[in-house]
Formats: sequence, structure tokens, C-alpha cells
Amino acid sequence: MDFRFSKQEQAFYEEVDEFLTKELPERWSEECLYWPGGYGTIPDFEGLSPEAEQFRHKLADRGWLALTWPKEYGGGGRSHMEQAIFQERLSYYRAPGPGVATLIAGPTILQFGSEETKREWLPRIAKAEVRFWLAYSEPNAGSDLAAIQTSAVEDGEYLIVNGQKSWSSGAHVSDYAWMLVRTNPSAPAHKGISLVILDNRSPGISIRPLINICGFHSFNEVFFDNVRVPKRNIVGQRDRGWYYAMAALDYERLVVPIGNFKRTLEELVQWVKKEGLSQDILVKDRLAELAIEIQIAYMFFWQTACMLDKGLLPNIEASVFKLVAAELSRKLAHTAVTVMGHHGELHPDVQWAPFRGRACIGYLDCISALVGAGSSEIQRNIIAARGLGLPWA
Amino acid sequence: MDFGLSEEQELLKNSARDFLQKECPKQLVRQLDESKDGYSPELWRKMAELGWMGLPFPEKYGGGGGSFMDLAILLEAMGYNIVPGPFYSTVVLGGLAILSAGSEEQKKELLPKVSSGNLRLALALTEPSARYEAAYIETAAKAHNGNYVINGAKLFVLDAHIADFLLCVARTRAADKPENGITVFLVDSKSPGVKCTLLKTLARDKQCEVIFDNVVVPKENILGGLNRGWQVIQDLLQKATVAKCAEMVGGAQAALDMAVAYAKERVQFNRPIGSFQAIQHYCANMVSDVDGSRFVTYKAAWRVSEGLPATFDVAVAKAWTGAAYCRVTLLGHQIFGAVGFTMDHDMHLYYRRAKAGDILFGDSAFQRAIVARELGL
Repeated sequence: MDFRFSKQEQAFYEEVDEFLTKELPERWSEECLYWPGGYGTIPDFEGLSPEAEQFRHKLADRGWLALTWPKEYGGGGRSHMEQAIFQERLSYYRAPGPGVATLIAGPTILQFGSEETKREWLPRIAKAEVRFWLAYSEPNAGSDLAAIQTSAVEDGEYLIVNGQKSWSSGAHVSDYAWMLVRTNPSAPAHKGISLVILDNRSPGISIRPLINICGFHSFNEVFFDNVRVPKRNIVGQRDRGWYYAMAALDYERLVVPIGNFKRTLEELVQWVKKEGLSQDILVKDRLAELAIEIQIAYMFFWQTACMLDKGLLPNIEASVFKLVAAELSRKLAHTAVTVMGHHGELHPDVQWAPFRGRACIGYLDCISALVGAGSSEIQRNIIAARGLGLPWA
Repeated sequence: MDFGLSEEQELLKNSARDFLQKECPKQLVRQLDESKDGYSPELWRKMAELGWMGLPFPEKYGGGGGSFMDLAILLEAMGYNIVPGPFYSTVVLGGLAILSAGSEEQKKELLPKVSSGNLRLALALTEPSARYEAAYIETAAKAHNGNYVINGAKLFVLDAHIADFLLCVARTRAADKPENGITVFLVDSKSPGVKCTLLKTLARDKQCEVIFDNVVVPKENILGGLNRGWQVIQDLLQKATVAKCAEMVGGAQAALDMAVAYAKERVQFNRPIGSFQAIQHYCANMVSDVDGSRFVTYKAAWRVSEGLPATFDVAVAKAWTGAAYCRVTLLGHQIFGAVGFTMDHDMHLYYRRAKAGDILFGDSAFQRAIVARELGL
């Protein structure tokens, strides 16, 4: 057993840290409203600031958006531990960068895509040339994702797509949908779904914004009216999409901005000291509780990286980690507002708001952590069924 | 022992709910939340016509002669529906303070206007320190030519932007004990030197920064005696705290009702999500939180209403209800999933208010400390 980084990992940690302090736009970490674990304030969804875009390209130039992929597809050939180190540092600075394309689409294509699909998409993703949004949920397919109804019917070399996606984070700032469609309505629910890549510019798509409770435009409703997709945009085999998506959801659940938890607690501790509350027994107790839980989350985080490096795909571990992180997101937000009291209620627009009103926004955004990417209940179901062998609810 | 409402109270509760459902739909709530003033003069007028503004005041001041318990029941109904506007500030924070601490002249002058809906009030108590202890009152009032001159900054002042009068809590002398040098002034909000700025907040309630810059107040506008202001505030806060609990109980009940209705109709995995044990347990937890809150709140309100010592019961009610309302709305959000994360949905209206209510006049931890003190710790 050894909980230290290797020399190479330590060097990489320092390299990433130095890069971030130098290249991230000034005061980005302080100004950015990104709440750890939340999906409603992810920096990339709040419009594309030119400086964030520039920063993303700098990451891409270093090969850091595809750290673990083989070099032949534009990747960096690094270990998962190094990938985790990168994620940890990046999230500590609340930096923009990785997204659905690099974190979900890329790894899935790598694992299940044809050689042609790999050559077509992976280098473009690694270079940050394309943005993807996750087109999974529908109005009647949330937790019950296999209930999706959006259909794709064959027409020569094309599929004709009709239906609706909802809670579509970032659809308004993306180039392609990474999308689940029903290609075989007569097969059992899980066996008639395909994964396709659909161009956002295709005729027949309309995107309608949904404003989330933080007041941000992070997600959308997207309607598909006879949208044509080339059949070669099917990822892997037709009708096997459900299984690819499930494997990919495990990646998504591992994308936890672990460093942001740490930084947010550090800021809270600083505020408490400044306000002269550091001798308050209750405040101390609450901050200590948080510090302990963040340590635990870190252990889950590093452990999953170790598993991946051993060639194991975290599954139960991904669910446990997602659950822990979501609950921590909530606890951090609720504790922050509670400890800060009236100051915690203040919106970012108010000059009196400590650390830019992030607590106020976090109190709202933590809801998305608890219900997004598989709600806490779904995670518990997975843990109970797959982990503990209990019958599926 | 009797936990039930009287016939009149049942009637008040039901008619208030029916009225608000019709006159204050969520669309209006949303619109007012997002507006600058945060209240509807038309709805305000109708509420006044129903006698709500005067409910707790004696008939000789134009009121309805109801008890504090009656007011709590009305507030519960208002919390259930959500009614943006300065009712709590005007009737509870302002009106009840004037009723118990005001001179006969002040009561005769102000309470009929409150009762008829023609006067709005706000309590300017907290300062940038955001503490509820006397030692933190730094805003100063100095005697000058038979008047007082107030200087200082108040923060988190609910509804000051539309108030006609502010109850300003100011330090009038440096005393050995901080609570012995405080006075409450009735300040005309149009006085020169009063500057009010709206703060954007979590609950989108209308809290303000109020700056007093050499504001001149006649000494006749002292409420409850020179240097006796802290007692006025203590007495008021006890009532205001229970009143807020009543409102929160109503809100928690609404969140529970919404969530249960949705759990019965939302179908996933080919059956209503309410058939899943996880959701069932959430609903069960919510019921126990809502009912528990109502019981302790009613008990505290009843003690206040009867004029019995209530420090312990009020702290218990606030400690429990504030945290419970937060838990209930959080579970409500959990049951609604993604649709609840949209602005167009109603759950966040409650979720926001739960935290604001929990914080106001001391959160659960603050109240637990009072409970511990009352236990002799």
C-alpha cells in the first residue's frame, strides 16, 4: 500500500498546477460560479467566452483533453491516475475544458467504435474542434432511460429521426448530439436502442432554452422533426446503444470536480476566520464534518483511477462515488449558507455577497447534483441490485 | 388537551386557502418574485378588505380583534400558497411591535392605517454583522434640539423599499450592558437621508440595505421608551419567530402535497414512481417532518397567544421547523427530478423560502443554543 504519487505523477501534478496558475484568465477561479457537483453552472454552458475557448484550445494543444487515449488517435497515452490528477487540479481552479465530447463520447468511441468512427472523430475531439451534448433524457424517460421514444427510421443511407429530448445540457452551445434513439420499436426496450452522432445544424432541429433555478441557461428542450442522420454516424453496432450508454454513464459518474469541493471549503474556512467565527463550536463542528467527508470523497476518486489503470471498469464504485459526491455537494451548499447566515442568501449581483454569492447559487445548483446523471435513488438502486445482488425495484 | 382548531379558525384557514388559490396563482408569485416591488397593490387591497391586515389588532384600532393564534393560522395558509408582499413586515414585524410597545397616540394613529391596508412597515434591525444580539447594534441616534439624528447602515431589511415607516433599532447610549442603550424609532421612510437599496437574494424576497445619513426623527417617534428598545425587540422577535414558523409549516405542507401528487402520477419503469420504496420513504419522512413542525409551532403559538412564557417552546419550534422545511423541500426536489430544476416549476419557490425562513431571526443551530440554555446548560 502506498498513498503517495509516483515521481512522474508528482511532476505532472506540478506541471498542471503551474500551467493553470499561468494560463487561466485572471481571477477566473474567484469569479466563476461553478458549484462542485452541480450541472447548472458548468462554465462551458454559460455562453462561450472567448477567453474560455482560448484556454480550452491551450489544453487541447498539450493533448490534455485526451490524456489516456492512444497517441495514434490524438491522445496523450497517459495513465488514468494522471488523468485524475489533471481533473483534480482543473476542478480546483474551476477551469473550463473537458466536456461530453472528451469525457463520454471519446472513451465510448475508443471502446466500442469502428476503426472508421475512431479515425473520424477522436482526433477532432482531442483537438477541441467539436462539442457534443448528451441527448439521452426525454420527457418520459428520465430515471427510466430505456423508455426513450425518439425514433430513428431507416431511409437508404440515412436514419430519419423524430422526437424530443429534454434537460439537454449545453445543446445550445454544441456542434453534435451524442444521442440515444429507438431503432427497433418491436424489440424489448433495452435491445432496440442505438447510439448516433447527430449534427446540430441538421434541418428539422429546434432548440428551446430551459432556464434552471439558478437563473442560468444550462439546459434545453430539443425537438427533432424528420432530421436526417447518415447511417455511418451510428456508433458501434445498431441496436446495441443501450449497453454502450450504460458503460459510458459510468465514465460520466466519475467526472466529479473533486478539487472544487476542496477549494470551496477552503474559501468558507477563510470567511469564517475573517468574520471572527472560528471559535464558534457549531461552526467548527460543521466545517470539520465537511473536511472529513471531502477526504472520503477524495479516496473514492483516487481509488477509481487506480482501478482503471488496472484495466477494471468501475461500476458500483462509480455509483457510490456519484452518490457520495452529490450528497457532499448538497451538504457543502447547505452548510455554507447556514454558516454564513444572511450573507449566504446574497446573490452574486449583490456587492455584500461573500465569494461572489457562490453559496447562494450553490444552494440552488446542488439540486442538479442530486438528480442529474442518475439521481441518488438510481445510484442506490444500482448499488443494491448490482452491488448487493438485491432484486431490481 | 386539544390540538384542534376552533370552527372560526377552520373557516379562516379554508377561506384564506380558497381566496389565495384564486387570487394569488403561482404565475403571479413568480412574476412578483421577479419584479422590483415584489407585491401586488390589487391583491394587497383585497387582503385588507378581507380584514387580514387588521386580524390581530383590537377593534378600537380598526382591527378584527383576533388572537395571535388566529394570525398564525392565517400565516400558515399564506405560507401554503406563498404570498409575496409586505404582510409579514407590516402586520407582524411592524404592527405587533406597535400594538405591544406603542403609546396610545401611536396606536391610534398607525394601527387603523395598517388595518385598512394603507400603511406599510418594515423592521430595520440587522446590520452588516447580521447578528441578532444587542451588542451588534451600531447604528446610533443622538439627541439634538429636541429631535434625534440617526446615522448607520442596516442590512437584510425586509420590504424597506416599499415601507412608509421603518422601525429603526438604534443605539442611544453606551451602557454597561449593550441591551440597555437601545431605542426603537419610527422613521418616516421619506425623511431626507434615508437611502434604500434592494438586495438580490436567494428567496427573491425583498431585503434591502438601508443607509441612515443624518436622518432627523422627532422624539415623539420613539417606540416603547428611550433606552428600552431591546425589550421591545425581544418581545417582538418571539412573536415574529413563531409567526415565521407558522408560515413555514404551511409551505412544508404544500411541498409535501405537491410531491405526493406527482409521485402518484409520474410513471417510470411502467409504474408510478410512488410505488418505489425509495420514494415512499421520502414521503414518509416528509410527513413526519411536516406534522412534527406543525405540532411544535402550534404549541409555541398558543403559549404566545395566551401570554405564557414561551422562550423554550419558540426556540424548539424554530429549531425544528426551519430545518424540517429545508429537508422537506429538498426531498420534494428529489421526487420531481429534473423538471423541478426549472424556473417554470413551483418547487424551487418553496425550497428558496425554506432556507430564508430557517435563517431569519436565528437558524436551527442558534435556536438549539437557546434550547440548551433553557435546559440549564
